[in-house]
Amino acid sequence: MSASADTTPSTEWDAATAVHDQVVPAGDGALVAVPEGGELRIVDLHGNQAVDTLLYDAHDIANRYSAFDTVREQRAVYLTEGSRLLSSRLDELAVISADTCGRHDTVGGACAQESNVIRYGEHTRHQHACRQTFLHYGEPAGIGQRALGHNINFFMNVPVAPDGGLHFADGLSGPGKYVQLRASRDVLLLISNCPQLNNPCNGWDPTPVRLLGWWSR
Amino acid sequence: MGYAHEIPGGAAWSTPVRAGRTVKLTAGGPDANLALLLVGADRLDRLNLPDTLKAQMSACVRPPMVLMSDRGLALASVTESTLDWHDALTGFGHRAHLERFGPSSYAEHRNDWRRAARTGLVSELTRHGLSEADLHGCVNVFTRIAVDEGAGLEFASGHCRAGDTLTLRTEQDLLLVAATTPHPMNPGRWEPPPVLVEVDVLDAAVPPDDPSYRFRDESARALDATRRVLL
Repeated sequence: MSASADTTPSTEWDAATAVHDQVVPAGDGALVAVPEGGELRIVDLHGNQAVDTLLYDAHDIANRYSAFDTVREQRAVYLTEGSRLLSSRLDELAVISADTCGRHDTVGGACAQESNVIRYGEHTRHQHACRQTFLHYGEPAGIGQRALGHNINFFMNVPVAPDGGLHFADGLSGPGKYVQLRASRDVLLLISNCPQLNNPCNGWDPTPVRLLGWWSR
Repeated sequence: MGYAHEIPGGAAWSTPVRAGRTVKLTAGGPDANLALLLVGADRLDRLNLPDTLKAQMSACVRPPMVLMSDRGLALASVTESTLDWHDALTGFGHRAHLERFGPSSYAEHRNDWRRAARTGLVSELTRHGLSEADLHGCVNVFTRIAVDEGAGLEFASGHCRAGDTLTLRTEQDLLLVAATTPHPMNPGRWEPPPVLVEVDVLDAAVPPDDPSYRFRDESARALDATRRVLL
């Protein structure tokens, strides 16, 4: 089935026709190539599961997702349906084509062993973290330390207040909620299914997510 | 014994600064903006604003926060500012943001030609063997982007006046990379103020009750991590 068959995705996408169907276990990751026009859905199977995500132009990884360019150009902090995910060269990499969660964070960054130590103390030094997953799954595509920009946290709730406050809050997501991207060019999605145990971003219990993709080639 | 350098409006500059220095930035006019990137002593470890903000529960940069790197080290502490908000969410401008001012070139405008912040930042990174790949989110020193109840964003005109300052204390050897282009959300005319940079050696050891160290446990742990590396 072609992604171009219907442009109103929310009810038309059937898991049985997906050309990509992958469950990412808790704390694991994935590198998914999505061709231009392809749709990739990320399903929060159990609810409140942060999915840290980076996007790259599949043909030029230096042209990568830029959180701050995306936020500034849409004049709003949170991502939701209709948000254009822009690159560091202001190219549109993808658009959020459907969203049953409501809003997603892109200013809270990804967890790393080092930032866990800063936030939670030395005892977290050897806990698994998103940055390792990004580097592990990015390496075959030539995505190393310098190519890791600031990411999206799908399903994560980081309220930003008018007085300049920012904190991690309980998620707005729930079992079965999903967000869907339509690729505006050939892109690579680098995903870390967040293993964080020290704050409510995963409901204190990391769980699997499902990736469903529809494209014709 | 320090030095001072004035970056003209609309220009870019970079300089190494050793650990244990103060870097005082002074706005040369209203609505000045300094897009600032920091790179750590190994010239790989970059200022990471998402990590800086979430560790210190803030959506902007202000004293006495500690500016943290990708690898969890303190790069610099914000020791003083006349302003309570320096933008840390909206990045730097591109050539597309200059289109409304019309075409500009060296041939036509000589050294007053209009160049985007991104162009200047990449040029400065390249000078040090770095590249576009090393671009990260910048601090927009002197700029406030107001956040409304729904987290919509708007440029706060008049936030910065001539003479407003921000002072950093370097916690390790740094590369400072900066551009003085107007913030891309600034709707005003093209009249970018200069920014004065004054670098001085700290005149005394940092006291144990330093406000940045005491700010939050997270701030102290970042400073401790850097001190371990410097040991």
